[in-house]
Amino acid sequence: MLKMRLVALFILLCGGGLGWFVYSPAASAIWPFKLGLDLSGGTQLVYRADTSNIPGSEVSDSMAALRDTIERRVNLFGVSEPIVQTQRGGTFAGAPEERLIVELPGVTDTQRAIELIGETPVLEFRMLKEGADTSQLSTSTVDELFEPAAITGKHLANTQLQFQTGTGYANEPVVVLNFNAEGKDIFARLTSENVGRLFGIFLDGVPISIPVIREAIPDGTAVISGGFQAEEARELARNLNYGALPVPIELLSTQTVAGTLGAKAVQDGLRAGLWGIGLVALFMVLWYRLPGVIAVVALSLYIVLVLSIFKLLGVTLTAAGIAAFILSIGMAVDANVLIFERMKEELRSGKSVSDGIREGFARAWLSIRDSNISSMITALILFWLGTSLVKGFALVFGIGVAVSMFTAIIVSRSLLISVGVTAKDGIARFLFSSGTRL
Amino acid sequence: MIIVDYRNIFFALSGLLVLASFGALAVFGLQIGSDFTGGTLVQVRYDTRPAVEELTRSLDSAGFEGYSLREAENTDYILRAGNLSEAQRAGLKTTLSIGDTYTSEITQLTEVGPTIGKELRNKALFALALVLICILFFIAFAFRKVSKPISSWVYGLIALVTLAFDVTIPLGAFAIFGELWGAQIDSLFVTAILTILGYSVHDTIVVFDRTRENLRLNEEHSRKEDFAHTAGRSLKQTFVRSMNTSVTTLIALTILYLVGPDSTKDFALTLLVGIVAGTYSSIFLATPLLVAVERWRAGKGAR
Repeated sequence: MLKMRLVALFILLCGGGLGWFVYSPAASAIWPFKLGLDLSGGTQLVYRADTSNIPGSEVSDSMAALRDTIERRVNLFGVSEPIVQTQRGGTFAGAPEERLIVELPGVTDTQRAIELIGETPVLEFRMLKEGADTSQLSTSTVDELFEPAAITGKHLANTQLQFQTGTGYANEPVVVLNFNAEGKDIFARLTSENVGRLFGIFLDGVPISIPVIREAIPDGTAVISGGFQAEEARELARNLNYGALPVPIELLSTQTVAGTLGAKAVQDGLRAGLWGIGLVALFMVLWYRLPGVIAVVALSLYIVLVLSIFKLLGVTLTAAGIAAFILSIGMAVDANVLIFERMKEELRSGKSVSDGIREGFARAWLSIRDSNISSMITALILFWLGTSLVKGFALVFGIGVAVSMFTAIIVSRSLLISVGVTAKDGIARFLFSSGTRL
Repeated sequence: MIIVDYRNIFFALSGLLVLASFGALAVFGLQIGSDFTGGTLVQVRYDTRPAVEELTRSLDSAGFEGYSLREAENTDYILRAGNLSEAQRAGLKTTLSIGDTYTSEITQLTEVGPTIGKELRNKALFALALVLICILFFIAFAFRKVSKPISSWVYGLIALVTLAFDVTIPLGAFAIFGELWGAQIDSLFVTAILTILGYSVHDTIVVFDRTRENLRLNEEHSRKEDFAHTAGRSLKQTFVRSMNTSVTTLIALTILYLVGPDSTKDFALTLLVGIVAGTYSSIFLATPLLVAVERWRAGKGAR
C-alpha cells in the first residue's frame, strides 16, 4: 500500500511538472507549440518537377539542387521559417512524379509567392568594380559593387567537385567550373585582362563565391578554392550544375489561409477543448463518483502528457489535429469506463472494494487492448496514406490512443488503489456506485 | 435480453435507416469537393458585401465558368470554381473587389490540380479498403480461439456488416447536409469515416469480447447455456459501458461542432452521426446478427 501511494505521489508530481512544462512561458520559449499553416496563416504551394530529361541516377541530386535554389529564393523573400521539401508522389494517380512542396508561413498573397518561386534560377558572373570592397556587401546592393562580366551562366558546361593534391595542398576540396567552347574563349580573355581582380559567382543575385583571379586561364576551367568543407564544395558544385539548368516546375496546387482566419480557428479550438474537458469531467464525476474523480485526474494527466509530447516531438498542429485531440478526450475516458463498469460487477458479486478494483482492472485489460489496437490500425493507415491535413489528424489521434491506454491503466489504477478504501460499509459502497443508484 | 429476443425489430429498423440513406443518396447525390475533383475554393471577406448578381457579373466577365457562390457568415462569400488560369489568379482580388468598389480580403484560397485530386481520391479509396481488410483480419485473429459455436471469421464478417452500416448512415446524412448547406465530401470527410470505422469496431469488439469470455467461462464450468442467452447476457453486461463511452465522446464532439473551428464543423457533425450509428450498430445489430447466424446454422444442422 505504501509503495502504491509512493507511485501515486510520483505520478501526481510528474503531472504537475508536465503541467508547468505545458503552460510556462519559459518552457514555451524553447519548445513552442508548432502551428500548421491553416492555423498560423500562410501559403503552401505544391509543384511537379519535370524530370523527364534527367537521367534516373541524377534525379535525386537535381531535386536537391532545385530545393536549395528555391529555399535560397524564399529566404531572400524574408519569410520566417519556410519549409521547402521534395517528395515522390503520384503513385496513386498512376504516374509517379517528383514534387516540390513549399510552405511559406505568414505569406498570404498567393500570387506574389507564385511569382517569386516561379522564376527560373539565374547563374551570373560579375566583376567587382574598381575600388569596391566585398566588406561593403552588407551595406550596398550587388549592382553598386559589381559590374556584369562578359561570361554568363549559359557558357557553363558543367561543374565538378575535386580534391586538390600535391605539395602545399592538404587535400583541399575545390569546385571546378568547365566552360563550353564559346565560354572558354571569353573566359580566357576575361581572366587575362583582369588578373588580381575579384570575380563574383551569383545564383539568383546572391553571391555564392567571390574568388580572386590569380592568373589568366586559357583552358576554359575555373577553380574555386577557398577553404571549403567537403560538404560545402559538394553542394556548391551541385547547385551550379543544376542552378544553371534548373528542373522545370509546374504548379499543381496552392493553399492559402489568412492569419486572421487561423487565429480564430485556434481560439475556437481552444475554447472547444476547454468546454469539452469540463463537460466530460463533470459527467464522469456525477456518474462514477470517487472513481470518476480519479478518472478526471487521469484525464488531466492525459492532457498534459499529450500536450507535452506535441511540444517535445514538434508535432505540427492543424485544425484537424485539434479536432482529433478533442475527440480523443472523449475517447480517453473509455478505458476508465470499461474498468469501472467491470469493477462494479465485481463489487456486486460480493468482493471487497480493493479486490474489486484489482479484478476490475485485470479483466478489463483484454478488451482495452484489443479495442485500442483497432483504433491504432486506423491511425496508422491514415498517417501513411494521408495528405498533410489527414496526417495531422492521424498523428494526434494515434498519440492520443497510445497515451490514453497508459493513463487509464497505470495512472487510474495506482490512484484508485492508493486512495485505500477498504471498508465494506455504506460510504465506500456509495462512493464506488454509479449513476442513479445510491 | 430484450435486444436479442426482439432482434427482428432492430433488423427492420436498421434496414429502414439504410434504405433512407440510400434514398437520400439517390435523390440528392453527393457533392464531391475540390479535394477529389480538382478545382478552386476561395473564401473572401468584405467590409460591406456586394450583391450576388453584382459579383456574378464580375466573375463572368473575368471568364469564370461553372462556379458556385455561397454566402457565409455575414461578411463572406465562398466561391467554388474549376482550376484558375494565370490571369484569373492574378486578377482574383480585383475581380472579387469588382474593380475597387468593395474592400475585400481573401481569407482562404485553395487550388487543387486535377492530378492531385485523382491521387487523393484513389488514396482515400485505398485507405478505406485497407482499413476494412485490416479490421477483418484483426478480429479473426483476436477471436481465433473462439470457434464454437461459430467460427471467428463470422465475428469478423459481422463486424464488417456493422461497419458497412456505419458508413452508409453518415453518407446518407451527408447527402442531406449537401442539399441543405452545400457540405462537400473532402479528405476530412474520409478521415471522419475511417475514424468512425475504428471507433465502431472498437465498440463491437468490447461486446464480442464479453461473449468470448462468457463462452469460455461456460465451458470451464461445464455449464450448458443457449448461445442466444450467453450473447444476450454479454450484451447486457457491456451495455452501460457502450452508452457511457459514447456519451463522453458525443459530449466532446458536440462541443467541437458548436464552438470549434469553422473548418472542422462538418467534420464534427459527420463524426457525431457516425458515432451514434456506430454505437447503435454495436449494440442493436452486431450481437443480434451473431445470434441470428448461430440460429440459422443450428437450424441447418438439425435438418
